Amino acid sequence: MAGLGRGRGRGKGYMSFSIEAVGIGKGENLPPSILQPTPLFPPMEHKPVPLVMGEEAEYMLALKQEFRGNMKTLPFYVRQAVSKKDWKRLPKELRIRVKKPLKENTSLSVDTPVDPKPSKKTRVDKEEIIHKLEVGITLEKKEEEVTSDEEEGEKKKQEEEQQDGEEEYDEEEFEEETDYIMSYFDNGEEFGGDSDDNMDEAIY
Amino acid sequence: MTAQEVRLCGLLLQEHFGEVVERIGTHLLRGGAQNLRTIANETNTPLDLVKKSLCVLVQHGACEFGSGRRGPGSPVEYRANCERVLRVLRYPRYIYTAKTLYGDTGELIVEEVLQRGHMTMSNTVKTVADRLTHNMEEGRSMEYSEVVSAFSKLVETHFLQRCPPVAEMGTAASSTTPSNPDCYKLPHVTLIGRGKRRRSSDDSEEQRGGKKAKMEVESCGDEGIYWQVNFERFHQHFRDQAVISAVASKLDQTSSEIVRTMLRMSEVTTTQTAAYTQPLSANEIFRSLPPNYSISRPILDQYLSLLVDDPVGADLDSPPHIPTLNLQRALANLARATLESVVQERFGSRSARIFRLLLRKRHLEQKQVEDFAMIPAKEAKDMLYTLLSENLVQLQEIPKTPDHAPSRTFYLYTVNQLPTARLLLQHCYKTVANLIERRLFETKENKRLLEKSQRIEAILASLQASGAEPEQLTEVEEMITAPERQQLEALRHHINKLDSTENQVDETVFLLESYIFSTKTK
Repeated sequence: MAGLGRGRGRGKGYMSFSIEAVGIGKGENLPPSILQPTPLFPPMEHKPVPLVMGEEAEYMLALKQEFRGNMKTLPFYVRQAVSKKDWKRLPKELRIRVKKPLKENTSLSVDTPVDPKPSKKTRVDKEEIIHKLEVGITLEKKEEEVTSDEEEGEKKKQEEEQQDGEEEYDEEEFEEETDYIMSYFDNGEEFGGDSDDNMDEAIY
Repeated sequence: MTAQEVRLCGLLLQEHFGEVVERIGTHLLRGGAQNLRTIANETNTPLDLVKKSLCVLVQHGACEFGSGRRGPGSPVEYRANCERVLRVLRYPRYIYTAKTLYGDTGELIVEEVLQRGHMTMSNTVKTVADRLTHNMEEGRSMEYSEVVSAFSKLVETHFLQRCPPVAEMGTAASSTTPSNPDCYKLPHVTLIGRGKRRRSSDDSEEQRGGKKAKMEVESCGDEGIYWQVNFERFHQHFRDQAVISAVASKLDQTSSEIVRTMLRMSEVTTTQTAAYTQPLSANEIFRSLPPNYSISRPILDQYLSLLVDDPVGADLDSPPHIPTLNLQRALANLARATLESVVQERFGSRSARIFRLLLRKRHLEQKQVEDFAMIPAKEAKDMLYTLLSENLVQLQEIPKTPDHAPSRTFYLYTVNQLPTARLLLQHCYKTVANLIERRLFETKENKRLLEKSQRIEAILASLQASGAEPEQLTEVEEMITAPERQQLEALRHHINKLDSTENQVDETVFLLESYIFSTKTK
């Protein structure tokens, strides 16, 4: 409705409203046009008012921080459940190796001083722990600890049984593969019993 | 439910309830009412976590549930309440107010109820008594009756209210006090006992004692009666405080005392959204004045007429000798003062002058602005355009001719108080959200350092408890190097500053929110 400037041939500076009404005089310099986005932290011409720092403000600050801290300990703070790995997908070797440090951890967490022993002596381990647990039962103070320890001990027993079962099974497997008994190799020769048939290949 | 509000709510939920609740809460805020399955599917969260989060949100009143849209047979739908989540920002102020009014006991009661969302009276009393006993010296413990009396005082003055009853199918009606007549009735419970002090050597006894205490709780008799904090009442208190302090700074102490008396007398009779207080006769005011303000009757009348005449002050409307307080106008004045001070601090005192001028004179032309404000034309133009670009000032066109020709149109500058207040409120929400994010960023940057210092503190505490030598203690303390210590100090200083700023921005938020809310309910 206002008409295009170019079409009327009025010249370059024609705008749809009269400039004087808005307050820009003729021939005055307009501020330079902006070529890039404004800076993220533009310089401030007027400094902000300083914070109110009184006794009241400090007390409320302490209240706020305390409240936040307390909320974290309450049951209302919902945490994400830890994802459990799918053990079936990992090879068996990794499984055993990871379980060994697990076993060491659980044994350390029990109050009784148990040294981490190699896996072949696991049964002896178990017996020592059970003995110490039985001693612990007599103390009334540690009743609850002991019950929890017994539970832990039971859990460990189950784990170790599984572990023992696996290791025994593995050892048997080895024994089945080779035609020689394990004692044959004790003087330091390699395991690879099958490769003895191939005399052409060098034994590494 | 603007974008800024949702962002701020998300940050508050994350800080207080964890990320899972934050995800679910934000989803509900953005998406409106949804049922359980939809939430679980759209947020990709396992169902039991969703259930837990919804329980937490409902417990704290941030979420309401009702029957679905398709009628009573459809699954239950959940709706999040943005306003309620934003209240979390104001918790320290509520607790502090309770402390000033009812002492440490009141403070702890309000804090416990805020932390748990809603609690039964017996639970609150026991927990608070235990906490107070813990802080007292050896051998003394807190009587339950003292806590009960503080609790009843809070209920009588309406600071605590009963949670509205929930019907079978989960159709919780919106809790308005008229529909809940037993809101402030205390249950008939006799709680006799003292607070238990928790001693580390008495652990096993405590546990057995704890079992006994649980048995007692069950027979307390106030099962199912839950109490929550009445935020509206606290807001009324804050508003009264703001009005009184405004009068005190504008006029003098005595007039503020008069206003305080008037407000106190109409405290329980005025509903929160009332525009005017109940009419009180001057005689009643005279009788209720605090005794140390011994002013005579004619002077009181003088003060009242002064308050009436003052246009910016307490806004007394006085049909013959029956003064009432126009609370709505008081709030509008407070909000206007806030807007003016914001403009002053951001753009300088001259821009503030222009702003105040426009507020008073409503519509002005460019030339008139320059003349009235006594500012040279070029600078006035510059300031007006800055204010215009920030949307604090609007242009109003008034055409002289029907074809709206620009050369024959008046262009008037104007300020509309209500939209400007809303704009500033959104700015405030954005500010607080930025502050929280910055604080989280600072904490994350220095996480390693913070964890190290926490570990060392724990080691120190355990060493001291087991009676170690001073050399061991100094050895452990030296594990933090001096520059690290400085860094920690600077970090703590920054975090405290950011936290404190949040509290103060919240005061502005409260004023603007009250003003906007008072204009809505007409």
